[in-house]
Amino acid sequence: MWVLLGIAVIVIGFMLRFNPLLVIIASAAVTGIAAGLDVHAIISAFGKAFNDARYVSIVWIVLPVIGMLEAFGLQARARGLISGLKGATTGRLLAGYLLMRQATAAVGLTSVAGHPQTVRPLVAPMAEAAAEKQAGTLHDKQREEVKAFSAATDNIGLFFGEDIFLAIGSILLMKGLLEQYGIILEPFELSVWAIPTAIAAFVIHGFRLWLLDRRLNAQAASVTAKDKAA
Amino acid sequence: MITLTWVYVIAGVAFAAFAMFNLIDKANPRRFGNAAFWGLMAVSMWAGDLLGDFGNGLLVLALVAIAGFGGLGKTKADEVPEATKNQRAAKYGNGLFAIALVIPATALAGTFLFKQFPAYFDVKQVTLISLALGVLLALAVGHAWLRAAPALPLSQGRRLMDSVGWAAILPQMLASLGAVFALAGVGDVVGGVIQQAIPAGSLVGAVIAFGVGMALFTMIMGNAFAAFPVMVAAIGMPLLIKQYHGDPAIICAIGMLAGFCGTLMTPMAANFNLVPAALLELKDENAVVKMQIATAVPLLIVNIALIYFLAFR
Repeated sequence: MWVLLGIAVIVIGFMLRFNPLLVIIASAAVTGIAAGLDVHAIISAFGKAFNDARYVSIVWIVLPVIGMLEAFGLQARARGLISGLKGATTGRLLAGYLLMRQATAAVGLTSVAGHPQTVRPLVAPMAEAAAEKQAGTLHDKQREEVKAFSAATDNIGLFFGEDIFLAIGSILLMKGLLEQYGIILEPFELSVWAIPTAIAAFVIHGFRLWLLDRRLNAQAASVTAKDKAA
Repeated sequence: MITLTWVYVIAGVAFAAFAMFNLIDKANPRRFGNAAFWGLMAVSMWAGDLLGDFGNGLLVLALVAIAGFGGLGKTKADEVPEATKNQRAAKYGNGLFAIALVIPATALAGTFLFKQFPAYFDVKQVTLISLALGVLLALAVGHAWLRAAPALPLSQGRRLMDSVGWAAILPQMLASLGAVFALAGVGDVVGGVIQQAIPAGSLVGAVIAFGVGMALFTMIMGNAFAAFPVMVAAIGMPLLIKQYHGDPAIICAIGMLAGFCGTLMTPMAANFNLVPAALLELKDENAVVKMQIATAVPLLIVNIALIYFLAFR
């Protein structure tokens, strides 16, 4: 039971807003000691896992390209493109991106889009420009909301598309685990059951994007009404 | 053969450059902290396999010591004025998108193409290898067409990297914590606790416990992969599959997706939830998590209903 103390450290540390890196190290130390490991073993286990997980941090190599393009006005161009398009709304734009992200992830292309690659340089500025066009002016809170929606849409598209692909990590994990229990399944038999949830994810998130559009349009309408009244 | 090692070499160059630009930057009051932090990341990329497990552990402790005690700062240098940006944007127009799309297009093409040559490429890693290739291609095109100075991508990349700061290594850190949890047997203990909480003889109760348990445990671990084996061992196998004769494919596939709903609702899934907040320079670091809850909760309910109605026909 004592090993659960590590989880308590995580929860409390995050709640009290300590630096997450310190919280993680503290949790690892508490968990390891509770399990009867010595300090050398804990540090080694952590170091080995850190080294094995380096591929997670590879994605940062895209930053020089993004930085270069932003210095040449990529975000301004992305905004300009959207404000020139008739009928482009934040909701429609993000719903289109959601569908594209789900579709590419479903064929295994999880790394072609993502927060550094596409959301920061393209999707977020485009969504912001569309929202500006709809609502007239945006206050800071709305700007944050539209940006957070852009990031959320990327995550939801990825999570509820990728499991349709046969050879994604989670499908292979399930297959491997079930084999240990003597149940032999083909990846296809598992991945096909990701489709109903993928559709539900698109419907639910799409509905929220439609509501976002309505809110932005309503704001524009009320601003125009006020102008007329004045 | 081209493997991830090559990509690590490139990543090491990028981190080393981020460190160098900080080292010579007098506008950043914490420049030595930043330089040491990214410098250590470069060492990890280049020489991680030579350091040994304990050596890597010490490297992690050094990273945490720098970042955890306020050693990282941000620079005011290298910011390009908006006017310059707009002027350049007007000059190069939509061609900028073409360069931005070089990376995903190369990743896409490379993934399919390189798989045909298993003798030359590590087929398991073709997408990441192609991603790195796409970065190099985009830089080459940018240099040739935009006439960007060679130092510009690195100095601008450094600025973006510093704005992400320590959050950049959070995903790797959480993955490592998961390994320590596994070593200590945390999963088995949690599974035991959950097993005791289920009302006996209720199929609905067991399905709900499985789905909600997947989401909750994923929120704690930040990763559905860590929660999955635990929940299958605690509820999925003994109750849903053996006792109630549910379809294992449906229970596992949709159970995993119930876990993904948990991923949307936790700061522990840093690379999806905290990193974008830093990248988009949001004031509230949890803004993305909060935004996702209203999609994740209904979707979790749908997943639980799908398991209940599809797996036990």
